[in-house]
Amino acid sequence: MPALTSMEKNQFLENDSPRADAIEKVTGRAKYAAEHRIENIAYGVFVCSTIAKGTILTIEEGPARKAEGVLDIITYKNCPATPGYEPLLPDGGKNPRQWWGLKVLYDNIVRFYGQPVALVVADSLENANAAALLVSIQYQSEPFETDFHSARKDAAKLKASGTYSRGNAASLEGAFVKVSGEYTTPIEVHSPMELQATIAVWEGDDKLTVYDKTQGPKSMQGTLARLFAIPDKNVRVIVNYVGGAFGNALRPWHNVPAACIAAKKLKRPVKVVLTRPQMFNLTGYRPQSWQQLTMGADQDGKFLGIDHQAISMTARYEDFREGIVNASRFLYACDHVQTNYKLLPLDVSVPTWMRGPGEATGCFALESSIDQLAHQLKMDPVALRVKNFPAINPESKLPWSSNYLKDCYEKGKELIGWNNRPAVPGSKKEEGMLVGYGMANGVFGAGRGQASVRAILLPNGTLTLQSAVSDMGPGTTTAMIKIAADNLQWSPDKIRFTLGDSDLPPGPTQGGSTTTSTLGTAVYLVCEALKKSLQELALTHLEGFKGATATAIDTKNGIISWEGQRVTIEKLLIAAQKPFIEITKDSQGTNAQELKHATNSFSCHFVKVHVHPKTMEIKIKEVVTTADAGKIISDNTARSQMLGGVVGGIGMALKEELKFDHTTGQIINASFAGYRVPLHTDIPKTTVWFVNKPDPIINPIGAKGLGEIALIGLAAAIANAIFNATGKRVRDLPITPEKLGYKTK
Amino acid sequence: MKKYCYQNSRRQFLRTTGTLAAFSLAPTMLVKAFPIENAIPQPVPKEKITLLVNGIERSAEIDGRTTLLDFLREQLGLTGTKKGCAMGQCGACIVHIDGRRMNSCLSLATFNNGKTVTTIEGLAKEDQLHPLQEAFVVHDAMQCGYCTPGQIMSGIACIREKRAGSREDIQRYVSGNICRCGAYQNIVDAIASVQESGKTV
Repeated sequence: MPALTSMEKNQFLENDSPRADAIEKVTGRAKYAAEHRIENIAYGVFVCSTIAKGTILTIEEGPARKAEGVLDIITYKNCPATPGYEPLLPDGGKNPRQWWGLKVLYDNIVRFYGQPVALVVADSLENANAAALLVSIQYQSEPFETDFHSARKDAAKLKASGTYSRGNAASLEGAFVKVSGEYTTPIEVHSPMELQATIAVWEGDDKLTVYDKTQGPKSMQGTLARLFAIPDKNVRVIVNYVGGAFGNALRPWHNVPAACIAAKKLKRPVKVVLTRPQMFNLTGYRPQSWQQLTMGADQDGKFLGIDHQAISMTARYEDFREGIVNASRFLYACDHVQTNYKLLPLDVSVPTWMRGPGEATGCFALESSIDQLAHQLKMDPVALRVKNFPAINPESKLPWSSNYLKDCYEKGKELIGWNNRPAVPGSKKEEGMLVGYGMANGVFGAGRGQASVRAILLPNGTLTLQSAVSDMGPGTTTAMIKIAADNLQWSPDKIRFTLGDSDLPPGPTQGGSTTTSTLGTAVYLVCEALKKSLQELALTHLEGFKGATATAIDTKNGIISWEGQRVTIEKLLIAAQKPFIEITKDSQGTNAQELKHATNSFSCHFVKVHVHPKTMEIKIKEVVTTADAGKIISDNTARSQMLGGVVGGIGMALKEELKFDHTTGQIINASFAGYRVPLHTDIPKTTVWFVNKPDPIINPIGAKGLGEIALIGLAAAIANAIFNATGKRVRDLPITPEKLGYKTK
Repeated sequence: MKKYCYQNSRRQFLRTTGTLAAFSLAPTMLVKAFPIENAIPQPVPKEKITLLVNGIERSAEIDGRTTLLDFLREQLGLTGTKKGCAMGQCGACIVHIDGRRMNSCLSLATFNNGKTVTTIEGLAKEDQLHPLQEAFVVHDAMQCGYCTPGQIMSGIACIREKRAGSREDIQRYVSGNICRCGAYQNIVDAIASVQESGKTV
């Protein structure tokens, strides 16, 4: 029997420490939002609209109110006045701190099918669920529109959302080779495993504690303070663990205000947990999109022009836009680029950022088009990309802070066995299956925001670092401990990182692949300050250190040493008469203009597929995913994040699609049975490789971001491999046997 | 079971939804309220159950509609068993009932009267992790950690059922456990390593 664990050896395991919170997670001790035990808690369950658009005429709640255990039914009719919901201030002026987005339980207007219109609160979940079925609502319905592809053909319905042009739009006309294609992607839903949940606990009328599933405890604190017009310090948001989010916990959804309003009204803690079907409708999604991409090249493959048009859906009540066309402007050297992006408002709930927002959709079109161009030029797709490698960022004209895409190309080709790729699509078989190889790039901005970290050093040498952030799974805790351990040259066992509480020093919202760069910089700075403080204390308070220069004093391994003398932290603190050392450091954010460099992370994915020649069944055989994400902080967790991006990309390419019934405006596959996600059986052997060269510009730790580029480009790499296997190019995701021409008899 | 249900006939339900669909094509319309004449709440039955959970006898008088999952999480405070869908579609809530793996969201607590239930909290003996828990740590077989308890309970059962003979078998026999972070490869590695070690699970 072949060795079971022979897939890809996790080469990082030997020299890397395990995930910091692994034990908590494998023992079930990790507490997620809905799992905090609160005395006397009540349960809130939403009643959702059964029309897509219109107004509520009557709400019959009599039977529900009489049902066992029911405490209250909150609708727009009896929802207590909530300051942040009001558009106007008492003096008649516009409320500048108004709630962002749909105000749940606020008015009688229905904006999409499944909108929460009542919250039934009862003493048990079973009672609340049963009573919710008894609430009967009569609506005045209005015509609505949910069909993206029929609506987008009417130009009057589109909303301009930005154009870009450089060079000459006519540059494509004389191109030696020109390709043009329409690309379409469906709604994709984050569907993290943890359900969106809020527990709200009031102390009196002005002090609120919320246990919530959020990627940003600090931002949530501010949002809730504004909603109830109370000081920030009166709101505490606790989020010890986040059970996946991928962007959908970047903003508060309806469960948050509903739980808080109900708890305040009832003077009793209230828990609201969305159901899985509600998760598909009420927590955002990657919007459905249409793109037209035209590009051309000369006979040597030099790009002569790119024209990228895109439309994506949004809600009628709120605009959501993302950078679908952005990568086309700067990922390759090209003097002539036009982009145009439009929104299409429909009677649906609002989309939100989902892993690789914008670029994941845009790179599907861009990277598929380049593959097509390479095919028509009879060039190797990697060689074509090398040919058009941009020496500087062609959009901002700034030099790259670092761009090691070419290293990714070389290593990726070697690891996947690129020389086995058939030169003619559809010409090679293996085990009776058509074989194809494909590759594609991903790119995302690498940012650095503002963060604050507190360090507390105890006499026993234990260092605790604290910041009000949350960790949705990438391993922020692990990475921060690693940064501190590397900086101080201390054992990671002596270092803890505490997060998940808005009372801690303000930290960033986890999103956009920026946490390591942003928070890591603050950790780095606080460690530097700690070293300095230890050196100064030694100089001032330790007899034997007189005559030393501060910087000559070593603090490695938590031992203060200079010229053969060694003092523990405990002794140093006694000498200095300090019970502990506490230092807080702010790290200011920055941007490309300030840095005078374009800062981006890059990825390049290689895929090998098998396609059955008759059934057109697609089997991904192998993936090699490579990335230039600067210095890799925590090898083990970074590798896992890349593996996860591949799984997300497989879902995007082959499986995921949320569907509507356009006659009712209702989602018809809002469950894991109807919405197909990647399963164990869909996962091929996957190898991860990092350039692992520090970025010299973006921050002192040299790390760029990883979360988004792990997924961006994957769908195109799979589509390109399928083209190589079959000669069929599918531009409509997800790719299915039917779209490859398989017909059921 | 009938007595636990609200008496809303299926026919009436179909008639209502049918009405909705037909009307939505009209430009403006009144949507009829859901018929509630017959939907009168029945008294909720309470039942007394006794279970052996992780070796501890637990007795409680519970609402007959409570699932085993909600009983574990909301009443016993054993929140290691996760709620991912409450429809038997994701595997996050898998526990062992009399040694067999089961989606605890699909089983009413009262069905399990007198049975032995093992949850993720019952695997480690004092400070000694179960071999598969240990393997999950070593192989970093998790990211957010929310599907992890279900994956581990399912993985143990997969090995005990002798379904872990090849990678493909492991993938197939734990395929009911969804992971959205995408830790699948490491999860299979963790299960495979325990299978190969020959350790008793």
